[in-house]
Amino acid sequence: MSKLYKIFTGSIVVPLVAIIFGLIVGAIIMLVGGYDPLLAYQSLFEQVFGNLYDFGETLREITPLILTGLAVAFAFRAGLFNIGGEGQFIVGMTAATFVGIKVTGLPSIIHAPLALIAGALCGGLWAAIAGYLKAKRGVNEVITTIMLNWTALYLGNYIVNSFLLPEGMDHSEEIQPTASISIQSLVNFFNDARMHWGMLLAVLASVFFYYFLWKSKQGYELRAVGFNPNAAEYAGMNVGRNVVKAMFISGVFAGLAGAVQVLGVFHYQSIMSGSPGIGFDGIAVALIGMNHPFGILLGGSLFGILTYGSAGMSFGAGVPPELIRIVIGSIIFFIAAQGIVRWVLKPLYSKRKKEKVL
Amino acid sequence: MDWVTTLGQLINTTLVFSTALIFAALGGIFSERSGVTNIGIEGLMTFGAFSAAVATYYAEQSGMGGGAPWVGLVAAIITGVLASLIHALASITFKADQIISGIVINFLAAGSTLYLVKLIFSGNGETPLLQVVSKYPIPGLSQIPIIGEGLFNNYPTTYLAIILVFVAYYVLYKTPFGLRLRSVGEHPSAADTVGINVRRMRYIGVMISGALAALGGATVTLTTTSTFAHNTISGQGFIAIAAMIFGKWNPIGAFGAAAFFGFSQAIRSYVTLFSWSSHIPMEFIYMLPYVLTIIVLVAAVGRSSAPAALGIPYDPGKR
Repeated sequence: MSKLYKIFTGSIVVPLVAIIFGLIVGAIIMLVGGYDPLLAYQSLFEQVFGNLYDFGETLREITPLILTGLAVAFAFRAGLFNIGGEGQFIVGMTAATFVGIKVTGLPSIIHAPLALIAGALCGGLWAAIAGYLKAKRGVNEVITTIMLNWTALYLGNYIVNSFLLPEGMDHSEEIQPTASISIQSLVNFFNDARMHWGMLLAVLASVFFYYFLWKSKQGYELRAVGFNPNAAEYAGMNVGRNVVKAMFISGVFAGLAGAVQVLGVFHYQSIMSGSPGIGFDGIAVALIGMNHPFGILLGGSLFGILTYGSAGMSFGAGVPPELIRIVIGSIIFFIAAQGIVRWVLKPLYSKRKKEKVL
Repeated sequence: MDWVTTLGQLINTTLVFSTALIFAALGGIFSERSGVTNIGIEGLMTFGAFSAAVATYYAEQSGMGGGAPWVGLVAAIITGVLASLIHALASITFKADQIISGIVINFLAAGSTLYLVKLIFSGNGETPLLQVVSKYPIPGLSQIPIIGEGLFNNYPTTYLAIILVFVAYYVLYKTPFGLRLRSVGEHPSAADTVGINVRRMRYIGVMISGALAALGGATVTLTTTSTFAHNTISGQGFIAIAAMIFGKWNPIGAFGAAAFFGFSQAIRSYVTLFSWSSHIPMEFIYMLPYVLTIIVLVAAVGRSSAPAALGIPYDPGKR
């Protein structure tokens, strides 16, 4: 009984209530704007679950969000704020594109994993720069990762521009077919939705996240450093090395996100005028998922469903799709300010307590 | 090429690009000096840019002409303060994680401003072209060679930003209010013991930061872009945060860092005037300020000197 009670007061109820509150806030804003919120939410769900193609594309939308969400959460667990998912994503994308185009003559079974590993590794190394500077020189990782985001943006553009661009195009040539991680049978099944192995990788990455952090000695060290670096150091752990390691693994997740977008979805890389945004969205996913890998699977799914479905809201009910960012923002607000949710739920709890006494 | 004119113009453009960053970085300082991390500067700038655009548009419609942008600036300040109250409510009253509630501001800003723009301007994702603030050459001073063109032939908002740097410095370091604000960010329980209302000081810090960041956003619309669209504010808020950290949470330092970022933006259009520039890929010139920032931080600044209680909600019951 007490365990069940704990589940209700603990981690699950607050995000659920927060999601409901967030949707209510969205509904109120739609009402004020003169739209029909019920029709809008109905259109959102029809857009996502209405046919196989859109459902497949929603999964495609969710996949990189889970990976960048894991990236942010992993760093958070080690007491670091990786705001550079954006840059690591771009670096991962660029490395995967480069290997995907320039390496030729390999069988698919080697080429595709090679391109994935290149993306993941480069994303990890990019993040490790910030980790190293934090560990060795005490430079605030927030500022270095912001700077590295911009650097990555222009570096990626430079590489595409100078090495991978066919004359007169604004995006790179296509990657070799052997580097593609698309799953043709699923693509056919989902009526040409862009299905790829990265979706499975995202789930595996969350499982890895869980086992690494909670079931391995290295993960224990990382969490110890995150909880209290001084205590960790006193216990004989090398704080600096753990900081670099945490940033590296965090960057691997984000780099992987970039790699799967290229190898599974677009098959080429565009010249970017601004940040792609998926790295920043990862922060929101991590927060909705309470920095837990399985929470992030759900948080990423929610974020992806809302984002992909927002196009339906705009067709079906004329609501500007930007509304969904207000909904997501409100959900995070209510999760963060749990005091508000608990305050609203208080009457319910006190009733349940009375029942328990009886 | 007349280098006297060019140099003057380069200084001028540097200041134009720096203005928004100066306002926003000063805003960040007031919030963070009081102990509240403000990663929502980007969002507050977006709110400011948006409300300035809409207010200016309506002021123009009602026939205010050249005064319209000033209505926009005032509207931005009010909106910025209101939006920052969300951050303050969540992070000070409800003790939410300050980074999270800052990110909430960014999400709400990105969503609600475009939602409203589409609502108000019948589906368009952009406001119409607006009446902008016009440059105001300071009589006499603007005739000085180089410096005259560089410093004294600029937007009134730029003069305001530079004046505010010194005002902020004075307020933070020479007035009782500034001492209290900083004490709340360094050691809130000690401040509480001597009778300073920690929550109130932090609310004030966050509200000032909302006003200044929004003012920064407004200057982007009203001097540089002259419309508001989804990409009007794209990353300036984060650069302002970088400038604040770079400048060690000190108004003068932040001003220097903001001017540096402004300069590196301005230099882009001047570098192409030289023939050697064709040998360097443009991307590397774009990259330079960010790489330089990292190098400077590594070489000179080292350990960051953030306010001691930054990011920690104040709980009077805790020791």
